[in-house]
Amino acid sequence: MTTSEDSSGEENVKGEFWDLCLYVAGQSPKSLLAFANLQRFCDDHLNGRYRINVIDLLENPQFAQADQIVAIPTLVRKLPPPIRKIIGDLADTEHVLIGLQLRPRSQ
Amino acid sequence: MTNERNQSPAFSPSAIAKSPTGIAGFDEITNGGLPQGRPSLVCGSAGAGKTLFGMEFLVRGATMYDEPGVFVAFEEKAEDLIANTASLGFDLADLIEKRKLMVDYIHLERSEIEVTGEYDLEGLFIRLGYAIDTIGAKRVVLDTLESLYGAFANAFILRAELRRLFLWLKDKGVTAVVTAERGDGTLTRHGMEEYVSDCVILLDHQVANQISTRRLRIIKYRGSEHGTNEYPFLIDRDGLSVLPITSLGLEHSVLNEHIPTGIEQLDAMLGGKGYFVGSTVLVSGTAGSGKTSVAAHLVDAACRRGERCLYIASEESMKQVIRNMRSIGLDLQQWVDSGHLKFYAARPTAYGLEMYLAVVHRIIRQDSPQVVVIDPITNLMVAGTSVEVKVMLMRLIDFLKVQHITAFMTSLTHAGPALEQTDAGISSLIDTWLLVRDTESNGERNRLITVLKSRGMAHSNQTREFLVTDQGIELLSPYVGSEGFVTGSARAVYEAQEQATALNEALELERLRLGLEDKRKMVEAEIAALRASFAADVEQVTRLLQQYQQRDQLRRDSQSMIERSRKAVNGDPPNETP
Repeated sequence: MTTSEDSSGEENVKGEFWDLCLYVAGQSPKSLLAFANLQRFCDDHLNGRYRINVIDLLENPQFAQADQIVAIPTLVRKLPPPIRKIIGDLADTEHVLIGLQLRPRSQ
Repeated sequence: MTNERNQSPAFSPSAIAKSPTGIAGFDEITNGGLPQGRPSLVCGSAGAGKTLFGMEFLVRGATMYDEPGVFVAFEEKAEDLIANTASLGFDLADLIEKRKLMVDYIHLERSEIEVTGEYDLEGLFIRLGYAIDTIGAKRVVLDTLESLYGAFANAFILRAELRRLFLWLKDKGVTAVVTAERGDGTLTRHGMEEYVSDCVILLDHQVANQISTRRLRIIKYRGSEHGTNEYPFLIDRDGLSVLPITSLGLEHSVLNEHIPTGIEQLDAMLGGKGYFVGSTVLVSGTAGSGKTSVAAHLVDAACRRGERCLYIASEESMKQVIRNMRSIGLDLQQWVDSGHLKFYAARPTAYGLEMYLAVVHRIIRQDSPQVVVIDPITNLMVAGTSVEVKVMLMRLIDFLKVQHITAFMTSLTHAGPALEQTDAGISSLIDTWLLVRDTESNGERNRLITVLKSRGMAHSNQTREFLVTDQGIELLSPYVGSEGFVTGSARAVYEAQEQATALNEALELERLRLGLEDKRKMVEAEIAALRASFAADVEQVTRLLQQYQQRDQLRRDSQSMIERSRKAVNGDPPNETP
């Protein structure tokens, strides 16, 4: 977790592919906002080395159990390992960076 | 009130629909179970049995009432739940296989969750809804919902979501059990009772004298009457059983039939027929006075008639009782082998009083014996105060009476002035009370038995001495001599004296009889002598008479010869002589 002394998140990203899953429930405002925020975040920080998979639990409720989803919306970082979970509409970019381990928690 | 509570829950009128839990005893105190289609809160401290309560609610629902259930576990993984409840006889894997049960383990770990803005718990609703719809669940258990507080810091969101969850559960029409950890001085740590207002159940652990007792209390039950006591409950290999303290009351029917005591002479003392069926018999006495032997006679006789008996030994092991009773000629082992007699030997201190009672309840429910012996009840005092023991015995006696089971209890009293008193102070609960005693006199102890009371029968008022022989108990005929009531050697002495006196009298009579015989012989001899002399007289007189007649004949002959000689010429017959 604290291997990087570097405070700029982009350094951690080099060469890695990001597989992100966003769990939403229908077209709720929170879900739409989360998706928009995620899209913007990825554009800013991940330079196209990412894939976003949006899963609507209203359509596929069985995934909720499989991926241990309780809160909506939830963003799951499937790659690179380990799996990380971030809940909320992703409005707080600082916390998204921390949650995705693009920035050490100590800051 | 009392009347209604005593009725069978299935028939009692109730304003709201109820979902039977299938938990032994619980449906009785709630008049039918949990409120149907509504959430109920089960709170208690760690290890109080909340998870088990919930799980049994689902398992019984699935197996007994054909209502599938969803178990949402926040604390234990499904595999752990399956393993942990297997010891209680629940085969969760099988129920899951049959789609009667679904376990959803929700893993929440605060350190893994980063909050980045607005969120809600729609995921939980979706999971729950999916599980309910998949198996058509009618019952839901959420164990323990408070884990959400540990995972999500935002209390405002949580509160709103919980409120929404309970409304949603009601809309779904499922009967839900929500468990919650007990807080410090509050029912639940996070105020869950605020959301669940229909039914709140508190599970508790109490430790007194190092003995722990589980208790259950219904704190509220909206729209329904319910028992308000603290009910002890027990968790064992058959799941939970709740014991209603006074659910039985005094409404039981009585039988006029009798059950022989197994001791013929004792039957005679009790109106000739023995105890009443379904009555409560107490035999009290000092140590070694023969209480267990009296009990064993009843058991032996009942088993011989093919009835089932339960022998609850709180002081001796089964083997010990059997060995000891063999020495008085009662072979109880054969009844154990044939399945008529079942022993339950355990010290009440091993479980605590309530637990002990609960175990006894369960055995009686399983075996439905006709006779139950508790030997001795005084040992229960070790595990509780006298009030507790009395309450416990009262409940046990009520329970037995309703089922017309004859209860036989022995009670150890200590030598002293208060023999007619039991330590447990339960004399008023007893129908037939036998007192066995050791009396010491002339350097020996003798056993006495008295019927102190026997409700509803003309019983003997006599104190009888009894012997414990290798042929069992034998009551001796009462010896009431000129010196009063005597026992033992004194009795033997008096009996010997009486025998001697009787012998003397017999001898005297014989002597008189012989004397009379002699007299009779003398009289007969005299009569014979008189007869002889009389006969001699008769003979003499006869002889004289004959001599006289002969002489007279001779005289007349000679006279006629003289006359004939004078009239010989005429030739007239001499007879013609004028």
